[in-house]
Parts: sequence; structure tokens; C-alpha cells
Amino acid sequence: MYFSKEVLESSSRMRQKWEDEVKKVIAKGPDQKPRWSTVSDLEIKRLYGPEDIQHMDFEQDIGYPGQFPFIRGNQPTGYRGKYWTFRMFSGMGNAKTTNERWHMLLREGQTGLSTAFDFPTLMGYDTDSPKARGECGKCGVAIDTLDDFMQLVDGIPMDQVTTSMTINPPATVLWAMYCAAAELKGIPLTKIGGTIQNDMLKEFIAQKTLMCPPDPSVKLVSDTVEFGAKHVPRWNTISISGYHIREAGATAVQELAFTLRDGMEYVEDVIRRKGLHVDAFAPRLSFFFNSHSDFFEEIAKLRAARRIWAKAMRDRYKSQDQRSWWMRFHTQTAGCSLTAQQPYNNVIRTATQALAAVLGGTQSLHTNSLDEVLCLPSDHAVQIALRTQQIIAEETGVANTIDPLAGSYFVESLTNELEEKAWEYIHKIDDMGGMVAAIEKGYPQLEIADAAYHFQKQIDAGEKIMVGINKYVSAEPSPIPLVEIDDTVEIEQIKSLEAVRRKRDDKAVKRSLEDIKNACKKGDNVMPHCIEAVKNFASVQEICDVYREVYGEYRDPGLY
Amino acid sequence: MSEHIIRVMVAKPGLDGHDRGARVLARCFRDAGFEVIYTGCHQTPEQIAAAAIQEDVDVVGLSCLSGAHRYLFPAVVEQLRQRGADDIDVVGGGIIPDQDFQFLYDAGLKALFTPGEKLDDIVEWFRQNVKKRD
Amino acid sequence: MVDKVKKIQSGDVRSASRLIRHIEDNVAEARSTMKDIFPLTGHSHVVGLTGPPGAGKSTLVDGLIDAFRKMGRTVGVIAVDPTSPFTGGAILGDRIRMQRHAEDPGVFVRSVATRGALGGLSRAVGDAIHIMDVMGKDVILVETVGTGQQEVDIMHYAHTVLVVLIPGMGDDIQAIKAGILEIASIFVINKAEREGSSKLRRELVTMLNMAPESAFPGGWRPPILKCDNAFEPSGFSQSVSDLALSINEHYEHLVSKSLIGNWSARKAATEFNEAIRCAILDPVLNDLMANGELDAMIGRLVNKETDPYTLAEEIATRYLKKMT
Repeated sequence: MYFSKEVLESSSRMRQKWEDEVKKVIAKGPDQKPRWSTVSDLEIKRLYGPEDIQHMDFEQDIGYPGQFPFIRGNQPTGYRGKYWTFRMFSGMGNAKTTNERWHMLLREGQTGLSTAFDFPTLMGYDTDSPKARGECGKCGVAIDTLDDFMQLVDGIPMDQVTTSMTINPPATVLWAMYCAAAELKGIPLTKIGGTIQNDMLKEFIAQKTLMCPPDPSVKLVSDTVEFGAKHVPRWNTISISGYHIREAGATAVQELAFTLRDGMEYVEDVIRRKGLHVDAFAPRLSFFFNSHSDFFEEIAKLRAARRIWAKAMRDRYKSQDQRSWWMRFHTQTAGCSLTAQQPYNNVIRTATQALAAVLGGTQSLHTNSLDEVLCLPSDHAVQIALRTQQIIAEETGVANTIDPLAGSYFVESLTNELEEKAWEYIHKIDDMGGMVAAIEKGYPQLEIADAAYHFQKQIDAGEKIMVGINKYVSAEPSPIPLVEIDDTVEIEQIKSLEAVRRKRDDKAVKRSLEDIKNACKKGDNVMPHCIEAVKNFASVQEICDVYREVYGEYRDPGLY
Repeated sequence: MSEHIIRVMVAKPGLDGHDRGARVLARCFRDAGFEVIYTGCHQTPEQIAAAAIQEDVDVVGLSCLSGAHRYLFPAVVEQLRQRGADDIDVVGGGIIPDQDFQFLYDAGLKALFTPGEKLDDIVEWFRQNVKKRD
Repeated sequence: MVDKVKKIQSGDVRSASRLIRHIEDNVAEARSTMKDIFPLTGHSHVVGLTGPPGAGKSTLVDGLIDAFRKMGRTVGVIAVDPTSPFTGGAILGDRIRMQRHAEDPGVFVRSVATRGALGGLSRAVGDAIHIMDVMGKDVILVETVGTGQQEVDIMHYAHTVLVVLIPGMGDDIQAIKAGILEIASIFVINKAEREGSSKLRRELVTMLNMAPESAFPGGWRPPILKCDNAFEPSGFSQSVSDLALSINEHYEHLVSKSLIGNWSARKAATEFNEAIRCAILDPVLNDLMANGELDAMIGRLVNKETDPYTLAEEIATRYLKKMT
């Protein structure tokens, strides 16, 4: 940043005077604690001034919205053209219950849909699998076949509303169901829009929704990227996710670095395996970040993310198309920051985290409900969470102007610091031979485990505060109504799965599963075959079993 | 000189892979001087019980964040009982609403630890409650 | 007492795992049970696996369990992991990779921590081998990290020793204790699809070519086998089956060339060594520790009031009457 010699000199003089004052005050009584740091334990100075950002180059490092390095946003108009998408993650019980929740949210002013699946679906098992016992509908919606999926999207205008699906190993299958459902409703694939999470690397690193080993997993991801680039142009085929990395205990820097390095790994794989030009698919890559409790650290993280990605796309991958340089991302407030103790405090946590996400320029946002730390959210709790976004958008005035914190000594300095530290990690992973190699070595997993343990120790020692946990603890219980998914959901779901199996054409199912198997073996794109198979009512598990058979099952090495 | 070192199995039953808590606890137990056998994620109750017996652990600590604890925790207790190993204690942790506590204690769980519990307090519970067996 | 042994002979996992626990915990009665166990041993083929951390030993063990089970043989596994020298605790995570066999009654996996630095590890592992042997396990796989003398000692219990290496670890061969290379029966180049695999193979061949013929008892030249990426299921299980066959061949070699005797002598020496230490040194140290004398002695050594040699002679004179 350009500061004249005079400004820097007077700043230096005034700083000296201020420092002397500080010393005097401290001599009389020390600060409340000796070390002040972010929730990620990044040390923060008492004050930031012009000298902290004097080496910045305005054109290269800051610039304007819609211009490189996009730190101030991708869109020249900011939130004036369109607020971020209010997208609440939801799914519970069976398809019918979830469909009802979706219609409720759309009535309440939600602008995009987001699907939570239950664990059997997430792991590629049918509800009647022995491994699925007790899990049906517990943390999301149970989907076994296209029959369920048609109920899920009943009455949803698929050509008008975009839908995000948090699905990873079976992403090809659930996306195939979405495509098949659209076709059955007479909507062409070119008209549907949405996102599949489909980010397998972060599963190995953090969330452990695992099916096949890393290499074939990335192959399936590349299949979807290619299919999307050719046939479903409005679809985001990967949402490269830092959210789960952060929830697993990573610091903000680790979230930033591992997520972006994952993104680079996918770019490199699609170029290598599919022979596509970077600009043929990179504009459809999207990202997903966590917004944690440390207000400025989160804002700086999101700003840094945009700048790192723009630099990487332009310089590392020689992309020519600005749309490839844009980092487009969804944000979710931090589930791991919520407390079961004094649960109404979670409303406040979520509000400040959401505010940070907006000041960081998110394009889409989920706000956690106050009861999500205990169960699936109730209608009432979801409504408060959605209203939190609407209040930020339409009452606080923060959306009036673009990137209002730019130029702040502290925010710019912190943005720079996070970026530098992230590049250190990225280069280290490059040296290991890329993210797949690093994961096989257990590198990111162990870094995160270290950070998680360090944080827990700080909580136990009272060095970091969680209100209601290690400070301002209340003996009074504050019960809230909890949503329960009762066990009849599982019984009913199994019954309807059996009914589908009875009525479908078994020969057609067998044939289409065989086609998927051949595609896997030959290295062909599985997507067209998956769409065919789901139309024949092949189940999620039947297709995933083909993947497991051909590619093998991955077992977590369980590094600690 | 006889030296009884507490052996604990940390296991994640069911399909959820959120192993942050399990891994933090495994480290914490190691640092408390225990021997920790970690089974990794996605274990069935049968696998956990069989492994607990092969390893002769004093306690099995289960972690579940998917909401399926009402099925999975009692199933592990039952599997141990069926294998004649009801002297191995079972404790649980994760996202467990207050109203499920009594149900789980009745099913044979010896203790439940939920988010917000101090690591030192959990270790202390083990030190106080793990008895030397013959 | 006899009851306990009978139960173990019948294959009872609970009694066996409890006895191993008591051995580790140094419970006195356990030692006398071992006296009854020892004469019953001699059934199993003991296979040691050693190599640097990250060489993929546990995954290999998991594959070998599968291969031996397909041959209809029962399997015991002893997986050794280090104890933290700072806390005395340990995280034993090897069995994660073998959990798919947890419910197979023909497989018994036991994790063992190295515990104290004073030794005793190879005794605990040796006893665990005996116990699994008496349970009737046909093959016992012992997995250790090949870094210290204790691990070398453990490998003396094995008929067949697998040294597991992976390409691209720098000075792979130098990283392994020389003593282990000398007792290697089979070299495994794991993760052989990685760069540097042929180079590693060449290095091993050169090393074997430089060794005198006497290094190959009965003419067994350790074969060098490759195992491909464990993430390619069909290729991996094929190379592991080949490895299992080679392990069997080595045992047949020992039998046909009457080399079992040599092996038994080596094993007996190690075992006896351990047992003597356990019978003599441990009680002495415990005694000195109990009355605080040990600390005082160390204090004197620190202050150079005496030297370790004189002090050791004093202790020997005091406790070992016969030697003086």
C-alpha cells in the first residue's frame, strides 16, 4: 500500500508515543492475559497500523471487485444485484417429510435448496443393509431408489430453484437421480442447476465418509466434472470443502490451505485424466467454507481464499478465462462451536459467524439452528436461523457497500498472514507429490489431529473460552424441544424399498449394473450408465457395490 | 513388581465418520499413561465386542454423533454379554440428549460423556472406576 | 491352574488374552502358568514382519491373514507398537487395518505396547507367541517396527522373517538394523508401483551378492518379492498370496534341510537370556528401587563419588553370592 514517507514517519513517531503510554499503563496493572490469539491460536498484536501493510501493492494485492485478484469479490455489483443465496441444509426421516420441510423453507423466503442425506445413503448402503441398522433418517433423508427421489423433489420447480446435495462417495448415483428426475418431469439437463459436494479428498482428510481408495475416488469425481462440462452446464460438479476439515479440528490456515490444495489436485486430475482445458471446467468448480467464531480471522480467511485461487488459476494453471479465476463459495456457520449447554446462546454465535461470512463476501450461506448440536433442527429453530440471514441482509446495512473492511490495517494484514501461511502448506504438499500422496502419508490428517488436541487442551486450561462450557457455566438446565426420528421410519423405508424391488424389471437392473461395471473397468465415464441404472430403479447400494467390487474398499488407516 | 496399566478400546460404531472426539480422547488417554486400542470408524457392535475380548481391555469407549446411539450402544453391551465378557465396562460419548441418558444407563452403559466434559475429568473417571480384574 | 491351560488349549480367546495381559502386567501367577504352557508349544509357524514405519506392514498382515485363511489355516497376530517414553501410554492402532477379521473365530489379533525401556518386551511377545501356539494357531504373524535391539530380539522368535521396505524412503536399507538384515528370510518391496522400486531391488540384489555363502543357511537365498498398491484389490491380493506361498516354502526349507534345530537354538538362547534377566535383574532393581537405594546410587554417580563399574561389582557381590 502506498504511504508517503511523511505519513510513515509521523506514524512511527506517534506509535513510539503510544507504546510508551502502553508500557506505563501495563506497569500499573497488567493485561487480562499475557497472550491474545485467534480461535486458531494465531497471535494477534495489540494494534495494527500503516507499517503493517506498507509493502502491499494496491493493484496486485487489493484492486477492485470483479478484477484480479478478486479479493474484493467476483461480482462488480456486490450484494446490490443479488444477496447471497439463503440455503438451509435440510433433510430428515423419509423423502416425504423432507419434501414438506423444503416447501416450508421456500415459503419462508429461502432461495435455494440443500439436501442432508442420512448415513446409509451417504455411505452408499441401502436402508436394509445390516450396516445401516439404527441409522435410517437419523441425520438426514433416506434415499434408496429413484422412487424416493421423485417424492423428494415433488412439486419443486427444478428449472427455477437450484439444489445442493451433500453427497460424496455415491455422488454419481444421487446426481444421476436428480438428472433422471428432471428428465421424467420433462426438464432438459441444460435447465437444471445446483451443486453436488462430491469432494472425496476432504473425506480422506477429515470426514471419513469413505468407500473406495483415493485414486479411483478422484476418477469418479473427474467423470462428473466431464459430464457436467458437456451436458449439465449450470451444475457445480464439486464443492471443494473446507467445512469438514475445520469441524475436524483444523485451524483457519489449515482449512484454507488443505481446501485450496484439494481444489488444485482436482484441476490437475481432470486435465491429466480427461484431457480437458482448464477453462473448460474450472468455472464450475465451487467451494464450501466454515465460518467459525473468530470474527476477523474468518473474514480474512475468505478474502485470502479468493486471492489465492485467482493467483493459482492464472499463474499455476495458465487459465485465460476470468470465470475460472473466481472462487465461488458457500459458507456454513461452525457446528463445532455450538454448545448443548445453554443452547439459546447458539443463536448469537450463529449470528456473528454469519455476519463474518457476509463481510467475507460469501455467495451462499447456511446458518445453523440452535438445536443442531443435539438433533435435527425443529421448524421453529430453522426459522430463527433463516431469519438471522434475512436480518443481516435487510436490516444491518452491511450489504450496502462492497467489502467494507478493505484497507483496514488489521484486516489486510491478517489476510496477508493467512495467505502466506496457507502457501507454506500448499508448497509443502506439492513437495510431497500432491494431495493424494500427502493423504496416503497421513500428513493433513495428523496436522488436524494435532490442532484439535491443542484446542481441547486450551479449552481445558481455560486459555480459550467457550461460554457455558468453561466459563459462565450455569447449573440450571435449559431444556429445548428436540426433534426425534422414531424407529418406524426405518421399518416403513425398508417396506417401500422391498416394494420397489418387487415391481421393477430385474433384468434391466442387472444389465445396467453390468454396464456400469464395464465402464469402471474400461475407465469410461460412468454417468450415462448411472442415469440409466437409476431409471431402472437400481438402488444406491447396488451401484455402490459395483464400485466397491471393481475399485476395492478403502479402510481408514486411523492415524492419530 | 506387578504393574497394572489401564487398557481402553476407543471405538466408533455405526456409519458416522466424525472421529475428532475419538481421536482427541485416544491421545488424551495415551498422555494419561493408558494403553489405547483404536478401532477406527465404521465398526459393527459385533466387531467391537470381538476385538475388545481379543485385546483384553478394561473399558470400551464408544463415540457416536449420528443419533444412532440408542441402537448402537446397547448393542455393544449385549454383544459383550453374549460372549461372556460382561466384566468389560462400556462407556459412551457424543451427541446424546439428556433424555436418552437413563435409557442408556438401563441398557448397561457405565458412564456417558458429552461435549463440554473436561479431558482431565474423563481420565479421572477411568482411574477411579477401572478395577483390576483377575 | 491346569484349568486355565486346558481352556487355552481349547482355543478360548478370553483366557488367552487375559493371560497375555497378566504377562504384560508382570503378574506373578502368570509366570507360573507359562511353565505349564511351555512344554505344549511347537505347533505354530511363527512369521515376523519388520520394517520402517509407514512401510505398510499392517496392511500386509491384513492381506496375509486373508491368504492363510483361504488355505484353511488359523492365524494369530501380535502387533507391537511403541509406548510413549514421556507418558508410559500408547495408542495401538495396527488392528484398525485388520478389523474386517475381528469376527472370524480362526483369527486372533492382539496389540502389544513396548512398555518400559528396560526390556521385557521380547519376553512378553515370546510368551504371547507361546500362548497362541498352544491355542492351536497354525500361523502366528508378529509385526514390529524394525528400529531397535528389542525388535531384533523379537525376530529371533520367528521361523521366517519378512523385511518390508518401500521405495523412495532415501537410505532404505541403511535404515534397517543390520541385525535384521542378517536374519531376513524374505524381502518384500511394498507399494512397488511407486517410483524407485527397481532401484531398491537392485540395491537388495547387490547386498545379497556381497554376502558370503555362509549367510544363506541350507542355501536359502532370500527372495525379493514385490507387492503392488494395496488400493488395487485384485493385484494386491495376488501378490500377497504369492508372498504367503513363499512363506510356506521357507518353512518347508527349514524342515527339509533340518534347520529347525538351528532356529530353535537361536530362539532358546534369546528366550533364556530374557528369562534370566527377568529372574535376576528385575528383582534386584525392584529391591534397590523399593528402598530408595537406586536413586541414592544414581546421585552418587552424578556427583562422581563412585563409578558405575565399582558400584555394579558391589551389587553383584551383595546379591549373587555364588559368583564371588
